[in-house]
Amino acid sequence: MACIDELNPEVLLRGASFAECRAMVEKRCREVYYVDPGYAIFDTHIIGVPPIAVGVEDTFIILPYTKPCYGTFLIRVPGGEEIERLRRKGRRRP
Amino acid sequence: MTTQEHKDESALLVFGCPEVPVQAAIGLYLAGRLAEDGYDVLCAGNPSVLALLRVSDWRRQYIGRTIDLDRCIGEVAEKKRNAALCVVFAHNDAGISYAATMRYLLPGARLVVIVFGRNAEELAAGIEFPCEKVVEKAVHNPGRLKKGIDEVFGWRASTS
Repeated sequence: MACIDELNPEVLLRGASFAECRAMVEKRCREVYYVDPGYAIFDTHIIGVPPIAVGVEDTFIILPYTKPCYGTFLIRVPGGEEIERLRRKGRRRP
Repeated sequence: MTTQEHKDESALLVFGCPEVPVQAAIGLYLAGRLAEDGYDVLCAGNPSVLALLRVSDWRRQYIGRTIDLDRCIGEVAEKKRNAALCVVFAHNDAGISYAATMRYLLPGARLVVIVFGRNAEELAAGIEFPCEKVVEKAVHNPGRLKKGIDEVFGWRASTS
């Protein structure tokens, strides 16, 4: 399983709140899925206040990525097989 | 014949970034007191937090077992790990996100969120999930924060 850090993520927001991340995904992406905390994308379990918005943009996934010391980043990474899994497991409404 | 009911007395302490000094002191205190109360304590944090705790408590008198935070979240999410009590330390937005995550992943657990640091009140106002809160603008001096924790855990009479 790939590590998110190795996917060369593009940082869209840095030091953001969970609410800011959700708002940006909903504004930016036409394809948005809602998942619960702990949902795993690649090797990472998503941290946050539910419902967590995850976007699909072409072949990329946009998701919040939280680290204790650096806060929450909104990142864009190549989605690979995770896109299909997200379409199956994610909800279209919060 | 008597039946013995199994009582889950596992306590999970979720540490945030160690940049605010009171966290390590309160963490050691809390881990020691909970262990004394019979809890099986597990401390979860990033490598820096765990190193701070291990160096401070080199004889392992207080902290008990430790686990990497990401691994811990994964194990709880995959239902490989449970806790009857979860205490989350939060002094930034990320801490609140971790607390919300633990609320969701451990719906039956008693959840206590310790909100501290310069923006404690503002952060605590953003907590919209069910939990017990200890809120104090503590940065360097853990005294008032300890009092709040003693009240929540019923230790006030024995330590005041």
